[in-house]
Amino acid sequence: MIYLKDITTLQVFPEKCTGCGRCIEVCPHAVLKLEDRKVLIADKDRCMECGACEKNCDFGAVSVNAGVGCAAAVINGIIRGTEPNCDCSGSSGSCC
Amino acid sequence: MKFEPINTPDKRFSPIINSKQDCGCSVPEKADSISGAASIQAPYISGYIKTATGDIPQVYTVLSRRDKWETVKARMSSFRMSFTVEPGIYAAGNPDENSDVIVTANYKMSFDTVRRELNGMNVWILVLDTNGINVWCAAGKGTFGTDELVRRISRTNLSKIVSHKNVIVPQLGAPGIDSGEVRRKSGFRVVYGPVRAKDLPLFIRNGYKCDAEMRRVRFGIADRLILTPIELRQIFAKFHYFALFVLIFFGLTTEGIIFRDSIMKGYFFLAGGILSIFAGAFFTPVFLPYIPFRAFTMKGWIAGLVLSGGAFYISGVFESYNIFLVISAMILFPLLSSYMAFQFTGASTYTSLSGVKRELKIALPFYISGLILSFIFLILYKASDWGMI
Repeated sequence: MIYLKDITTLQVFPEKCTGCGRCIEVCPHAVLKLEDRKVLIADKDRCMECGACEKNCDFGAVSVNAGVGCAAAVINGIIRGTEPNCDCSGSSGSCC
Repeated sequence: MKFEPINTPDKRFSPIINSKQDCGCSVPEKADSISGAASIQAPYISGYIKTATGDIPQVYTVLSRRDKWETVKARMSSFRMSFTVEPGIYAAGNPDENSDVIVTANYKMSFDTVRRELNGMNVWILVLDTNGINVWCAAGKGTFGTDELVRRISRTNLSKIVSHKNVIVPQLGAPGIDSGEVRRKSGFRVVYGPVRAKDLPLFIRNGYKCDAEMRRVRFGIADRLILTPIELRQIFAKFHYFALFVLIFFGLTTEGIIFRDSIMKGYFFLAGGILSIFAGAFFTPVFLPYIPFRAFTMKGWIAGLVLSGGAFYISGVFESYNIFLVISAMILFPLLSSYMAFQFTGASTYTSLSGVKRELKIALPFYISGLILSFIFLILYKASDWGMI
């Protein structure tokens, strides 16, 4: 299943890539690929912006504005004037 | 390794810990520094294993009926909010200093899934304190994260329990874990395991390698179906507000509230409400890939339009009810369904923050104007019902 098109904030910087493949290992939707030992985006519309690739890249070769794709989190964030937060551990009883 | 019988009644405490009261921050250092959780007595602990750092609880790798029933409860109710295990280190089978270390969250459903899949193997299970939230959600929030992993490695004295320097972290924990930083701070190397615990044995047999399929997140019909009870329950928890509104609005006459009118005239509106909840929170999730459009708000709107429109058509609502009331209902119910379906983005495994923000930006004006419009038609209906127009 694919979500909205042309929306992801995912960016790659192949010139910084060392070809270790860590980002490809952690991606749950096979969004990234290596070509000539450099990272490239293979299927950007599958990106859910979980941020695993960026977090696990030691070389700054991948960047993404990571967050949860959860309506309740976004709406709660707007109401409270904070960043999107599903606040699973809170008393609301609703969870991602 | 020798088994130790469970015989520590004085140290007994409940395995279920309310995450709201005890986030783990206030647990005294010594509770962990001796060993993982040596003083825990819980139904899933079969004995203790002696190590250089103390006794480590050994867990059953076959789930009991109680474990299974608790999982059902967690799938259906707010029970899941307190469905936790004590963070620390546990043994599955008879692990020694060469055995693998599998990391998981202290949500008991996560813990149960992992220990069940490790049946027949000898491994350590390192449970992080995620406030009782599953690995993926906790990783998104950062509680299943670098700091907690480093802290738990140190507090359990992991480097004295095993002689190697590897921890197997579930791949879905990666959004919270900076593997480079973990290595620098703890000396342990993060090896990302498969997405699903059931692939763990094969992953280990294959020399800690995942095939492409083990790395992919799926969202099949069974995955979607099992999430619907919680969605429905959360919405129906607020249904009485709608029911109360229907009761009062339809009962309202020029001579006060007449409940016979509420029931006679309002039941179709109440049924429409239930139907739109069903359309958005059950039908849309289950038939997600088959409903047109990619946006959840659109999928839900279509499901609501088709289901409520279809039901009203079959039951003759269009002919027998006031036109203003019918228009109001046909505006309101698809929008309600759309909103319910939009909420399911939180349970889905492929929606992004940017996408959800865009959906909200587009849908919100429709939600607000639709609500106002629907209410205006309700007023018009009431006015014509009272013979004013």
